[in-house]
Amino acid sequence: MKMVSTVSPLTEGTLSIFGRSPDREGREIRQRMGVVPQEDNLDQELTVKENLVIYARYFGLSWSAAKARADELLEFAQLADRADAKVDPLSGGMKRRLTIARSLVNEPELVLLDEPTTGLDPQARHLLWERLYRLKEQGVTLLLTTHYMDEAEQLSDRLLVMDQGKIVAVGSPTELIAEHVTKEVLELRFVDGTPTELNALGHRTEQLPDRVLVYVDDGDAALSHMYNEGVHPTGSLIRRATLEDVFLALTGRSLNE
Amino acid sequence: MIALRQAARLPESATRFPARHVFERNVLSYRRLWLVFVAGFIEPVFYLLGLGVGLGQLVGQVEVDGMSVEYAAYVAPGLIASSAMNAAVFDSTFNFFYKLKYAKTFDAMLVTPLRLGDVVSGEVAWSMTRSGIYAAIFLGIATILGLVESWWALLTIPAALLIGIAFSAVGTALTSFMRSWHDFDYIQLGLQPLFLASTTFFPLSVYPGWAEPLVQATPLYHGVTLCRNLAFGAQGWGDLWHVGYFVAMAALGVAFTKGRLRTLLMD
Repeated sequence: MKMVSTVSPLTEGTLSIFGRSPDREGREIRQRMGVVPQEDNLDQELTVKENLVIYARYFGLSWSAAKARADELLEFAQLADRADAKVDPLSGGMKRRLTIARSLVNEPELVLLDEPTTGLDPQARHLLWERLYRLKEQGVTLLLTTHYMDEAEQLSDRLLVMDQGKIVAVGSPTELIAEHVTKEVLELRFVDGTPTELNALGHRTEQLPDRVLVYVDDGDAALSHMYNEGVHPTGSLIRRATLEDVFLALTGRSLNE
Repeated sequence: MIALRQAARLPESATRFPARHVFERNVLSYRRLWLVFVAGFIEPVFYLLGLGVGLGQLVGQVEVDGMSVEYAAYVAPGLIASSAMNAAVFDSTFNFFYKLKYAKTFDAMLVTPLRLGDVVSGEVAWSMTRSGIYAAIFLGIATILGLVESWWALLTIPAALLIGIAFSAVGTALTSFMRSWHDFDYIQLGLQPLFLASTTFFPLSVYPGWAEPLVQATPLYHGVTLCRNLAFGAQGWGDLWHVGYFVAMAALGVAFTKGRLRTLLMD
């Protein structure tokens, strides 16, 4: 992220943003880009509105344009009533919204978001997603990193799965699900050991400590087929396969630490 | 709803002197902290009243450049230099450290069109301005107390700016090595002897011969001597040596700070 935001020099490979070189034209690139860092670095010594105004000044907007832009963005971030408040007492969700608003002062064509909803409650996340979706609708390119697969599924058109610094899959959320897992997943629990009949049931089964996952095309059909075979789990659940399944299928379940 | 790419409103290329926006940020942040700002120049005023005027009753007249002046008038220009130093050091150490390590203010700046050089210049320019303001206020007070002898004394303000930029550049450079707030005890430890041994309160001739070059090597000595010479209209070509000393300090400090911040923030 630091390389794409043209702050750090490249360690290897090549990088071109807006067709420009980060080494030589960093300032020009940053002029057209917005960055939402993982860690909030809002200016604690300034008010909510001043944070936006001074940031707009960094981009070279005049004072009057900066103030007008700040008012627009306060509306967008639903923070207009907190304009003159200090930053510190704001909730986590409000700080994130302010950070996102700040990244938009220069009307960027590209916004980098580094784990934008980490640590937020569900309401705050949904509000944030809705705002990000709106930006996307207006033609702003969002480049987002996340550990939350539901977030990736909500927001991305094109998704890139990385494991240990290597790209392991690229595609749209639906493409990736179709390519790497089945449509549905059957989650089964057994009291005394998993019966071997399950292996023929779906494309793939996965034994977890507390349950078995069976990857199938049609959950209902597989479940009734299983009952006909005389296999009776103590608990069963049919669900749609998600990006989380894709991610785990691609990167494994052991902790990558 | 949230308009994009209204090209008319956005500058095509970066503005001239982007460092000024870093300066503006500090002005904004101090608008509500004016009491803190004001408190900074009170200390030298206490020294002026306590030592200059109070102790001056015992000391009587002293000789400067062949002139006989009140002791307080002798001390005052030295205190201009040290208040310039205090302002710059305070800003470039405590405040700079807070912005660098805790508030991540510079990280936020570096993803905008601002460059590292703009950030450092803006910060140093702000500390320098603070030095100039403190010096000007102090000079005003000294004038009211009747301790200013010559119009040349006005030149102590640009001298204070020079002292400010030099101390602030070195201050930011040292701060970039600080690991925690505990390390700031070293700054205090360094400032106290600088202040006392800088010829603010007594001339160089008081020191034993072996100590003279030591005193002459310290930066505040140059500030005090420069300000005192200007205050009494006793300046000469020799004072360019002091100016050169501060220019070198500023240049080295800024270069060093830029190098350190590159390592800390950009790698």
